[in-house]
Amino acid sequence: MSTYRLQVNGREHAVDTDPDTPLLYVLRNDLQLNGAKFGCGLGQCGSCTVLLDGASALSCLVPVSLVGRRPVRTVEGLGSAAAPGAVQRAFIEEQAAQCGYCIAGMIMRATALLEREPAPSEERIRSHMALNLCRCGTHMRILRAVRRAAQLLRAEAPKGER
Amino acid sequence: MSLPHDPARRRLLATGALTLAFHIGPAWPQGGDKRAGKQGDKQANKLPGSLDKEPWLDAWIRIDADNRVTVFTGKAELGQGIKTALLQVAAEELQVAPARITLVTADTGRTPDEGYTAGSHSMQDSGTALRHAAAEVRTILTSMAAQRLQVPVASLTLADGMLTAADGRRVTYGELLEGRQLHRRADGKATPREARLHTVAGKALRRVDIPAKVGGGIAYVHDLRLPKMVHARVVRPPAPGARLLGVDTAAVARLPGVLKVVRDGRFLAVIADGEYRAVKAAAALAAAARWETPATLPAQLSLRDQVLSQSAQALPILERGTAPTGGRTLRATFTRPFQLHGAIGPSCAIARFDAGRYTVWTHSQGVFPLRAALAELLGVDEETVRCIHAEGSGCYGHNGADDVAADAALLARAFPGRPVRVQWMREDEHGWEPLGPGMVATVEATLDARGAIAWWNYEVWSPSHNTRPGKAGNLLAATHLARPFTPPPAKPIPQPEGSGDRNAIPYYVLPQARVVHHFQPHSFLRTSALRSLGAYCNVFAIESFMDELAQAANADPVAFRLRHLDDPRALEVVRLAASRFGWDGYRAGPRRARGFAFARYKNLAAYCAIALEVEVARETGFARITRAVAAVDCGEVVNPDGVRNQIEGGIVQSASWTLLEQVRFDQTQVLTRDWAAYPILRFNQVPERIEVHLVDRPGMPFLGTGEASQGPAAAALANAMAGACKVRLRDLPLDRARVRGTQLSGGQG
Repeated sequence: MSTYRLQVNGREHAVDTDPDTPLLYVLRNDLQLNGAKFGCGLGQCGSCTVLLDGASALSCLVPVSLVGRRPVRTVEGLGSAAAPGAVQRAFIEEQAAQCGYCIAGMIMRATALLEREPAPSEERIRSHMALNLCRCGTHMRILRAVRRAAQLLRAEAPKGER
Repeated sequence: MSLPHDPARRRLLATGALTLAFHIGPAWPQGGDKRAGKQGDKQANKLPGSLDKEPWLDAWIRIDADNRVTVFTGKAELGQGIKTALLQVAAEELQVAPARITLVTADTGRTPDEGYTAGSHSMQDSGTALRHAAAEVRTILTSMAAQRLQVPVASLTLADGMLTAADGRRVTYGELLEGRQLHRRADGKATPREARLHTVAGKALRRVDIPAKVGGGIAYVHDLRLPKMVHARVVRPPAPGARLLGVDTAAVARLPGVLKVVRDGRFLAVIADGEYRAVKAAAALAAAARWETPATLPAQLSLRDQVLSQSAQALPILERGTAPTGGRTLRATFTRPFQLHGAIGPSCAIARFDAGRYTVWTHSQGVFPLRAALAELLGVDEETVRCIHAEGSGCYGHNGADDVAADAALLARAFPGRPVRVQWMREDEHGWEPLGPGMVATVEATLDARGAIAWWNYEVWSPSHNTRPGKAGNLLAATHLARPFTPPPAKPIPQPEGSGDRNAIPYYVLPQARVVHHFQPHSFLRTSALRSLGAYCNVFAIESFMDELAQAANADPVAFRLRHLDDPRALEVVRLAASRFGWDGYRAGPRRARGFAFARYKNLAAYCAIALEVEVARETGFARITRAVAAVDCGEVVNPDGVRNQIEGGIVQSASWTLLEQVRFDQTQVLTRDWAAYPILRFNQVPERIEVHLVDRPGMPFLGTGEASQGPAAAALANAMAGACKVRLRDLPLDRARVRGTQLSGGQG
């Protein structure tokens, strides 16, 4: 067991855990954040996607000891059920979920794209999202939600950043 | 009901095992409707939907003194939006704002027993029950208010649970009841509100469960954290037939955080103080176990030969006339491989054994049958077990949900007083969930001189689509214990719903036809219900063959279907899908072709017609739908967006099954243990566009819609690919290797 200081959703947390524990388990069990989900533990499905230093990362594959000072963001960092952020709002407005198990990972992967490319093409969105699996076949709605999220984020961005 | 001629079947009927299994002759082709009418005569006093099983009004609806309403359903949210639709039904009839209603779903301690949430039955069973229960509650409370206020019923206005007299005096439901409940039996006589007056049902209402799912709320059983909870992992045998020769548990027991190593027969597990510690200890336990793995699975034959190698009971389900002489006869064989439910989130459950009582949080589709199975497994009285549904990852049938609940219950018994959380690993889910069965269908049909179908002869071979619990032997862990439970004999689900033979009887007008279900009670792989059961394969086969017949008759596939349909609702969805797709004016671009298919799910639920276009690169084998247009009639629509979501999702999921999916195995074990070995559809292969057009039928019965598009989507895709490849593929999946193979087997690219 060692102590790790993690920057998660803008706050510092001290966590006592084994060094090989994947970040996913720390987020879910130590920090009690529900958003990132266990799907495969193999980096094949994207349910556990979070942002690590602004880029999408598979938290089931990243040992906590390798996170360091890099900021971690999860879906909880974007907003809550009561006060959803722009990307979450887009998913609600498009009703882009069936069982929803994959959705937090989808939202984080989409966020990683839209923060770097505010107006991605349809093809770019599809290729960027391709790592994340959905079993319910909600893909069409998820794509609509990502397009809507891009609009919402552009509308929110202060002038000069557009 | 005509008696069967097959001696084996007569025996079954005599023993009662298949009572009312067969409805032959006049019930076809609109079996559902006519059957309902016949039963209606006999069962004039039958209460609507699940009210018949649970008639107490306060089992469904309770109202607090402060006018808060709680509605109970024995159905569970499976991620298909049923909570929202049921809430809409109750809110409409009670005339209470949906936001003031709390909906409690499947819980053996609190809700009515509505069996399984399966078979697209929830709106028919629970929606119908709630509609009538709520209408009756509203009627009773309105009468009470009239009495209290000394005014005629008709002079009262009702809004959001408050009744107001013409002079402005008012009373709420809660004030009328003063904390008491309407503990009386439903009489089923109250009249539901007229559809044209609806303000909540039939209108768009956002899903109530989505905000928590996008916001990181506690949305799934996976997210529950109970005080003092511990984590466990199960170590499965390497293969179904593997024998445990020995295992050194001592070293594993000394690993950090390990609280207990459990061994009972070949059921192995670890319990630890942290989740990842349980994962690591399970890996160590797996490495410490020595197994002998006999070859119990068939040799690498074709799927057809593997399926047909299983012993079968022949169950004729349609016998009308005999084969005519003359005409032109076509024959074909279709196969469907074993396929996975493949939930994105592996199955999970939490169980606690405390003071002689078990509590199990589970994403099972049937908390009441699961309770019975767990009680048998644990050797305790049912009353000491409570199963509470909490959402899981979309299951689409009988997956590992019940099995992991059994794992958790066994481990809770081994570690009393602490909640034990068990989540399967990916390889557990892929390797051990009950599979959608491999199936074989043969069809032979004769066209007469006018190009109409004069004879139809269809046979389908399939293992069981229903090995759900109810009995302990249906739980995986129970079969691995030192004193194992034996799975009970599998039984087919009787017609008209059917199992392997679901939708095996075409919905078309066929003057002379024969359909046989070859039910295989023992499969070499464990199989059970996967969304739409046999309908996926049967509709794929029937609708593929309809195109082959249309081609042989030189007829347009849509026109050919229309000529063989007589149900006006079927005709309407076929015409609607064709016209919205632009079937008549269609021009194929390079590498593209169109396909069409139709089915009425179970021949008694929703009608669904699909027209779509595919683009196929024969040199790489890559195929994708460019555009799909569905037309659906599911009776009265309660949540239009919910229906659209189900149909859209069904088309995409069916495209994944159809283009990509098959479980592979060798003679000892399943080999497809992760998403690399068992790929499913990704964003780069999903359609450009899907349109869903609804034919709303206000006031008509709800027709289940959750599984309606699986079969038609597969067949429309196969028909379009036959056009694009100029070669018909009859073995699922229509994957890259098979598409590439069409370049060698003829046709112009």
